[in-house]
Amino acid sequence: MRKESHLVEETVDPMVPRPFVVRESREETRDAFTLTLEPQEANGAPAFEPGQFNMIYVFGVGEVPVSISGDPRQPEVLVHTVRAVGGVTRALQKLGPGDIVGVRGPFGSAWPVDKAKGKDVVIVTGGIGLAPLRPAVCQILGQREKIGKFALLYGARTPKDILYREQLGQWRSNLDLQVRVTVDNATRDWYGTVGVVTILIHKARFDPANTIAMVCGPEIMMRFVVQELIKERMREQDIYISMERNMKCAVGFCGHCQYGPNFICKDGPVFRFSDVRHLFGLREI
Amino acid sequence: MEKIKDLLMQHPFFKGLPKERLDLLAGCGSNIHFKKGECIFKMGEESNHFYIVRKGRVSLEMDGAQHGPIRVQTIEEGDILGWSWLIPPHKWSFTAFAVEDVNVTALDGQCLRRKCEEDHDLGYELLKRFSAVLAKRLEWTRMQLLDVYGANA
Ligand SMILES: Cc1cc2nc3c(=O)[nH]c(=O)nc-3n(C[C@H](O)[C@H](O)[C@H](O)COP(=O)(O)OP(=O)(O)OC[C@H]3O[C@@H](n4cnc5c(N)ncnc54)[C@H](O)[C@@H]3O)c2cc1C
Repeated sequence: MRKESHLVEETVDPMVPRPFVVRESREETRDAFTLTLEPQEANGAPAFEPGQFNMIYVFGVGEVPVSISGDPRQPEVLVHTVRAVGGVTRALQKLGPGDIVGVRGPFGSAWPVDKAKGKDVVIVTGGIGLAPLRPAVCQILGQREKIGKFALLYGARTPKDILYREQLGQWRSNLDLQVRVTVDNATRDWYGTVGVVTILIHKARFDPANTIAMVCGPEIMMRFVVQELIKERMREQDIYISMERNMKCAVGFCGHCQYGPNFICKDGPVFRFSDVRHLFGLREI
Repeated sequence: MEKIKDLLMQHPFFKGLPKERLDLLAGCGSNIHFKKGECIFKMGEESNHFYIVRKGRVSLEMDGAQHGPIRVQTIEEGDILGWSWLIPPHKWSFTAFAVEDVNVTALDGQCLRRKCEEDHDLGYELLKRFSAVLAKRLEWTRMQLLDVYGANA
């Protein structure tokens, strides 16, 4: 699972950002947007694996880690879905076509799509957590015959906060993909499920003894989800989570995101739950 | 009535209850259909039933003052709806609507209370099962309160 520096082209210095041009900025929800970036140089966007992230630099403002949320089968462009929460992400939100950002990456570990061959897959996401898992969904759908049952469970705050509505609708029309969406609360114009994302787990069809679970969302949500998956008799070593904690260098130099022997940036962000159980619930240091 | 008894027998909520007790419960049951958009019960009204949802989706709503009615939970196929029949003053604490066409098996609360008073073992079995449902709903409500996807999450 661990992806070391071989994923970064040998000739590229992982500390030096490459210029990318914003091709499109698309509003997803009231505070989330999707940027499509193209490399300014001719040598193309680097290949990535689902779950990996880039460091995106807004010139004169700062740099933030953001997961890649595009389809790995279409690597010509870089797609990132970002929630505007602070200085750098709000500056990213203001960018439009033709603007330039710096990009370093891709970095980090990947979702275990290969390990899921011959098994069922259940993906449980919440809020912006769907973005880092979208590449995994695309990759699995591209090799659907190798996977058993496949469930995508997604929780959002309200119907207005649902990401990728159109694509969720398309995925739902696939008869071999169980897509279930719930919101924490809604007004009467929402006819779907209301309740926390954990209520969907019991209703999804998968064999807990032969399933890989991929979980991404706010840490509190992931904690409840993991508990529920274990209640459904899944094993801790079959559950993968993404720990998206603050980081700086992204290559394991600076120690900003180090927890004991683990660097979130280079050993993660995707971890097997059984390997990081002890960190789960710990506040950032 | 046989059909209702079969349904209760297959439902996880009643798992482990002996046949004679299921007979007693089935005697309080009837099947009801609610059309899409129909109000099933209103907050504050007397609560005389609990429902086993067999098909469709029911929303539980609260009055969100200036925000209008807020859907706080949906109850779907296989779920149990309603515990107010069990706890005095037996008034509904939410309003429930059929979001889609809904089929339920309704168990009459007064009939059930009478049978529970006559047969405390049955009462205890039902209380244990409803406590588990209530604990789960409380846990979900607490998670909603945390507002994990909110601006400060
Ligand atoms: C590996 C990784 C992948 C990520 N992928 C995505 C993604 O795909 N889309 C996306 O929108 N965000 C993602 N993030 C989070 C993103 O990096 C932060 O939101 C961003 O760094 C905030 O920077 P800022 O300058 O805008 O806000 P700041 O001013 O630094 O912070 C504003 C607020 O956001 C909170 N915050 C900062 N970093 C994080 C974080 N990592 N997680 C939760 N809250 C945070 C702060 O505590 C503060 O309350 C990812 C983070 C990591 C580590």
